[in-house]
Amino acid sequence: MCLSHGSGRGGAHGNAVGLGENMKHVISVLVDNEPGVLSRVSGLFSGRGFNIESLNVAETLDPTVSRMTLVTFGNDQIIEQIIKQLNKLVNVIKVLDLTGSDFVDREMALIKVSAKAASRAEVLRIVDIFRGQVVDVSSTSYTLEITGNDRKIQAVIDLLSPIGIMEIVRTGKVAIARHRKTGAKTEKEQEESFE
Amino acid sequence: MKKTGAEILIESLRHEGVDTVFGYPGGAVLNIYDTLMNYSEEVRHFLVRHEQGAVHMADGYARSSGKVGVCIVTSGPGATNTVTGLATAYMDSTPLVVFAGQVPTLLIGNDAFQEADTVGITRPCTKHNYLVKDVNSLASTIKQAFHIARTGRPGPVVVDLPKDVIADSAEFNYPSKIKMRGYNPTYQGHAGQIKKAFKLLAQAQKPLIYAGGGVIISGAHKELLALAQKMSIPVTTTLMGLGGFPGNHPLFLGMLGMHGTFRANMATTHCDVLFAVGARFDDRVTGKVESFSPHSQKIHLDIDPTSIAKSVPADIPIVGDVKTVLKEMLKELEEEPLQDYGRAHAGWLKQIGEWGQMSPLSYKAGVQCLKPQFVIQKIQQITDEVLNGDVIITTEVGQNQMWTAQFFTFKRPRTLLTSGGLGTMGFGFPAAIGAQVAFPEKTVIDIAGDGSIQMNIQEMATAVQYGLPVKIAILNNQCLGMVRQWQQLFCDRRYSQTVFEAVPDFVKLADAYGAVGLRATKPDEVEPVIRQALSIRKPVIMDFWVDRNECVYPMVPAGAALTEMLLV
Repeated sequence: MCLSHGSGRGGAHGNAVGLGENMKHVISVLVDNEPGVLSRVSGLFSGRGFNIESLNVAETLDPTVSRMTLVTFGNDQIIEQIIKQLNKLVNVIKVLDLTGSDFVDREMALIKVSAKAASRAEVLRIVDIFRGQVVDVSSTSYTLEITGNDRKIQAVIDLLSPIGIMEIVRTGKVAIARHRKTGAKTEKEQEESFE
Repeated sequence: MKKTGAEILIESLRHEGVDTVFGYPGGAVLNIYDTLMNYSEEVRHFLVRHEQGAVHMADGYARSSGKVGVCIVTSGPGATNTVTGLATAYMDSTPLVVFAGQVPTLLIGNDAFQEADTVGITRPCTKHNYLVKDVNSLASTIKQAFHIARTGRPGPVVVDLPKDVIADSAEFNYPSKIKMRGYNPTYQGHAGQIKKAFKLLAQAQKPLIYAGGGVIISGAHKELLALAQKMSIPVTTTLMGLGGFPGNHPLFLGMLGMHGTFRANMATTHCDVLFAVGARFDDRVTGKVESFSPHSQKIHLDIDPTSIAKSVPADIPIVGDVKTVLKEMLKELEEEPLQDYGRAHAGWLKQIGEWGQMSPLSYKAGVQCLKPQFVIQKIQQITDEVLNGDVIITTEVGQNQMWTAQFFTFKRPRTLLTSGGLGTMGFGFPAAIGAQVAFPEKTVIDIAGDGSIQMNIQEMATAVQYGLPVKIAILNNQCLGMVRQWQQLFCDRRYSQTVFEAVPDFVKLADAYGAVGLRATKPDEVEPVIRQALSIRKPVIMDFWVDRNECVYPMVPAGAALTEMLLV
């Protein structure tokens, strides 16, 4: 999913002196699980010309709270503004910039790949090497499920491309802070701290 | 006992201390208006002529009084007509709560008659908004709406009310407290940052305070004056900050920015410490950002974290309420060993004085030809004499606004009501009506242009209906003066669509509405017209035929550095 805006701020001020390089950031946002909150966040990004590369939303352990994981890019000043603007939204409970801290991220791709007699075995080998799964089979195709960070998924795509990818569906990134090493709180602990 | 949604709404308003609303009825709010009739003693409703007028009136009411302005409008076009007013209030941080009718919940999304996605449309131009889907959550939603509107950096909040929710009934309990886990504005500044900021300010050789509308909203004008006086620091303000510091004080440099004074812009450029107080480094203030105050360390105090380091990096950011933080800084000052700041800054103040002499605000007075600046100075002189300066001025947008900012001396907060951020033509007149409602005994004058006044002139009927004796001074140049000025300067005098070939006879227009119209076409007619207008307890239009070729100077062309002023 690519929601980036061509005239975004990244392009306009990206190389201004002293503001740092444009960099990709993974931002985790806890929001009220209410109708309209997604459009408040996406409207903020489009209205202010910020970039969104991907955006994921799902309920947390507390059904009144959702977590958005969004991937954006910009220089330090833009990322600071994004975080402040997110915090300013009444329905935003907490904003965490995971970039720069220790976190695990994953995304998933469903890939429908052409699999004729000559290539069927090769496709299965690739799936096996990358610890993916075949989730649907037909006489001329396999549908594969691959999970990993974006580099791993890109590697699979690169390997499968010559064989013939028919269709691809990717989730955006989901990410979670590592626990012990950073002392970061778990979701449950964080929710308790709202009280 | 159960109450209907409409009763809950009005009772909630009473709990919030609201006794005045501006609005316009319609199908979706029929029940609210029916209920309102039972509360005519408790809640005064002002029937406007256009919903945009209602929002600007509520805005003028709020800006002049510091209370929350409240509107009621119907669904669909009633709600969409509020958008300009909401955006105006949002940009200038005015606390408003606008109640909009909505089609019944079952019809939402059905393209029903007079249906609009009000929450969707108003989302980017409100601080927050709500669609109430259950009458049981109505009271708590209203409580939240008022809380959000008036706390932190204030702003407008829309509450969308489907017709069936209003008709439905529930037990009424107005919550005394609310908890919002995602909303908790910071009032106390960080103690360490305040200390650091004070140290920097105390050591500065060439300090400057740049004060914005936050000073007025926070009610910090006394603290600002005390700090500036005790530390001998000169003060410049934004358009929104005018009145936040006495305009006749020797430390006051006038407004800065695009149409700021020469000395204010020079001081901004050459200061070594710039203390931004409740201001947001707007593009009309900074000009070219890279050249803005290039030699200064910047302290930035604002209650809205997003305002800090948005366009200009801050060396010492302080998130907090202006009044609270300035009080802390005054405490720091008391604890410090006494310094002779007057002596320390004498050279700097002398330099600023020289800049002031080099290029003061001026215009060439005409003998036959009436100059707009002269009209504004006369309004000042006569209101000072007759009313001891106790006057509320509103403006429209364009040259009338900038000349008022330059030539009228604002001495008290909440005496200039102007659309600074959005620059909404048509704001000044309804805002003046709102201010007049808040202060029936005061004189309220809208300084207008012939373009802007035509954008909400229909509200004259409102002013007449309620006997609100608002005065309008039209600087009538038969054209859109500010755009024309830009065309003169930057488009080789190609006056594309800025000349009105038909302008109403404003004297007759006033008469048609049941108001009073007066006209001055020569300088010596100005004073009698103003004196007569001030003596009439009715709405009055003063139609001043002014020189079309007059331009607002100084002017920093858009995107140029503050030092690149056109001074003519």
